[in-house]
Amino acid sequence: MAGKTLYDKLWDSHVVRQEADGTCLLYIDRHLVHEVTSPQAFEGLRLAGRKPWRKDTVVAVPDHNTPTNHWDKGIEDPVSKLQVDTLDANIKEFGAQIYFPFKHANQGIIHVIAPENGATLPGMTVVCGDSHTATHGAFGALAHGIGTSEVEHVLATQTLVQKKSKSMLIKVNGQLGAGVTAKDVALAIIGRIGTAGGTGYCVEFAGSAISGLSMEGRMTLCNLAIEGGARAGIVAVDDKTISYLEGRPIAPKGENWTKAVAYWKTLKSDDDAVFDTVIEFNGAEIEPQVTWGTSPEQVTSVGGKVPNPAAESDPIRRAGIERALKYMGLQADMPISDIQIDKVFIGSCTNSRIEDLRAAATVAKGKKVAANVKLALVVPGSGIVKRQAEAEGLDKIFTEAGFEWREPGCSMCLAMNADRLSPGERCASTSNRNFEGRQGPGGRTHLVSPAMAAAAAIAGHFVDVRQAL
Amino acid sequence: MKPFTRLNGLVCPLDRANVDTDAIIPKQFLKSIKRSGFGPYLFDEWRYTNYGEPGMDCTNRPKNPDFVLNQPRYQGAQILLARDNFGCGSSREHAPWAIEDYGFRVMIAPSFADIFFSNSFKNGILPIVASAEIVDRLFKECAATEGYKLDVDLAAQTVTTPSGFSFGFDITPHRKHCLLNGLDDIGLTLQHADEIRAFEAKHKAAQPWLFTA
Ligand code: SF4
Repeated sequence: MAGKTLYDKLWDSHVVRQEADGTCLLYIDRHLVHEVTSPQAFEGLRLAGRKPWRKDTVVAVPDHNTPTNHWDKGIEDPVSKLQVDTLDANIKEFGAQIYFPFKHANQGIIHVIAPENGATLPGMTVVCGDSHTATHGAFGALAHGIGTSEVEHVLATQTLVQKKSKSMLIKVNGQLGAGVTAKDVALAIIGRIGTAGGTGYCVEFAGSAISGLSMEGRMTLCNLAIEGGARAGIVAVDDKTISYLEGRPIAPKGENWTKAVAYWKTLKSDDDAVFDTVIEFNGAEIEPQVTWGTSPEQVTSVGGKVPNPAAESDPIRRAGIERALKYMGLQADMPISDIQIDKVFIGSCTNSRIEDLRAAATVAKGKKVAANVKLALVVPGSGIVKRQAEAEGLDKIFTEAGFEWREPGCSMCLAMNADRLSPGERCASTSNRNFEGRQGPGGRTHLVSPAMAAAAAIAGHFVDVRQAL
Repeated sequence: MKPFTRLNGLVCPLDRANVDTDAIIPKQFLKSIKRSGFGPYLFDEWRYTNYGEPGMDCTNRPKNPDFVLNQPRYQGAQILLARDNFGCGSSREHAPWAIEDYGFRVMIAPSFADIFFSNSFKNGILPIVASAEIVDRLFKECAATEGYKLDVDLAAQTVTTPSGFSFGFDITPHRKHCLLNGLDDIGLTLQHADEIRAFEAKHKAAQPWLFTA
């Protein structure tokens, strides 16, 4: 019999029961909660007179609606404020293991605060009413987004009704070139397999280029698994995983730590495991990426050109390219480096960790944001990231170069708070979605790595960061 | 949840691939703490020419006449026909809430994004995966025939066109049972509370560090 994949191991160790048709009840170890997708779930619980099955699995934080400046003024938008207040009230009523309310020193984006507090551990099942829950797969955990009905289901039963996905192995061999990051790897993968390429799969990322990534890089990669259609992305546990977790606030301690580490070391695919699909990439060939369209798969390398719809034979794809170029205000065949930008956003659960800010600061150091760039925002992922960056003097580098240094939150990734693009504005963004209107109605988003975003801020248009280094 | 058994409904064709949940219901409407009332804002940025805000009365907002939902022939549609990867992007259940609140009960596409697909079932909506050829045929027939309706029979797992062409679709027995009977999962799952507790005891013995309280 063939060995087990990491996904098999994670799945099998959480099956409570299985129906004849393969539908399983899967036990959930960690439930991450934010203000946008939880109010209706708590309300459902309340209406049914139910209690959370295990409130000690809940980690909660408001992040989507919170402002990133003028914290002294509170939340000015009354609708946003009501949603944040509702989370406060719900956690007070139902409980949580960790709750960082608005303005708490450790508040931040849910997918940033859970790992940095040791709330995401290898071998766990992790869910959140948020598609980018895939991020936590970087720790060898089975992590995926769920809808609000499922949030309520997990609160009430500690389980999820699930069917097992197929397994895909994405191997990135070799080593990445200087200036090429996890973000570029993820975008290059999505560019090849498409945004539906991973649909129905749990993807394991492996290969020397992946083991070479830091935990931050692996989080960026797994975070974007969902943009490739996969429900979850995972990376096997290695020494980097374990040393990242050691000493984190709620990571296991003492004897539990020793036991946990012994178990975690088994969390990798067996050598003879068989995957349903295997795709290989050569890490050395991946170049810095820039999206040109309104879907993450509409991407090319920085040295490339905006595509010409006339060259596309598939009519649905051609119409998609035409619509995207119109929305994005771009001409077919224009070089990516000719695209001028109006704003820059460095942040989001994809790229707001300390390593991301260091990479951007390295490029920005001693330079000035170009005159045509109206706003360049740096939004750290959490209070902890922010303080670390300030201790390293990164905030100074940014502000001296003309960037704004903000309080943590989702910010202009989704523009639910006041940070957004105006119609027609073009943004170099380190976030994860370039959908129409994502960063503000009519706004135009180009997804890039933090270093590429900083380089674009300085040049006023896209440039190959490898030349700026 | 409303049960779903059989529907003979008008079809509305949305001829785009990769329709994401930000397009289905833009983020400003996610600030609501309710789960109803999203129908008037379904596809807000495509449907209206001004910027929609939560709570806005939509009756007199300027509409985009080119958008299918605004065309007279598709008023009252209950079946949404779409292209590949429908519902990609965010996990927001506000997307199926808006679709259901608008009046759609069935969606047919060559593929759906994963989370959106399972969210739909929880709200009494039946997403049907059909081959790209069949979906293409339905788009053509729908464009050619005003008042184009499909007959969807969940018990038999079939869809039948006005000309009598019929195709089957897959659905897990669990989802079918819940939809046919309008059952919500939580009640069903809690029937297995003892098994959950037994699993939990075993899990705690193996990985005590996961149980801190
Ligand atoms: S940063 Fe963006 S993608 Fe991440 S949780 Fe916040 S809104 Fe969602």
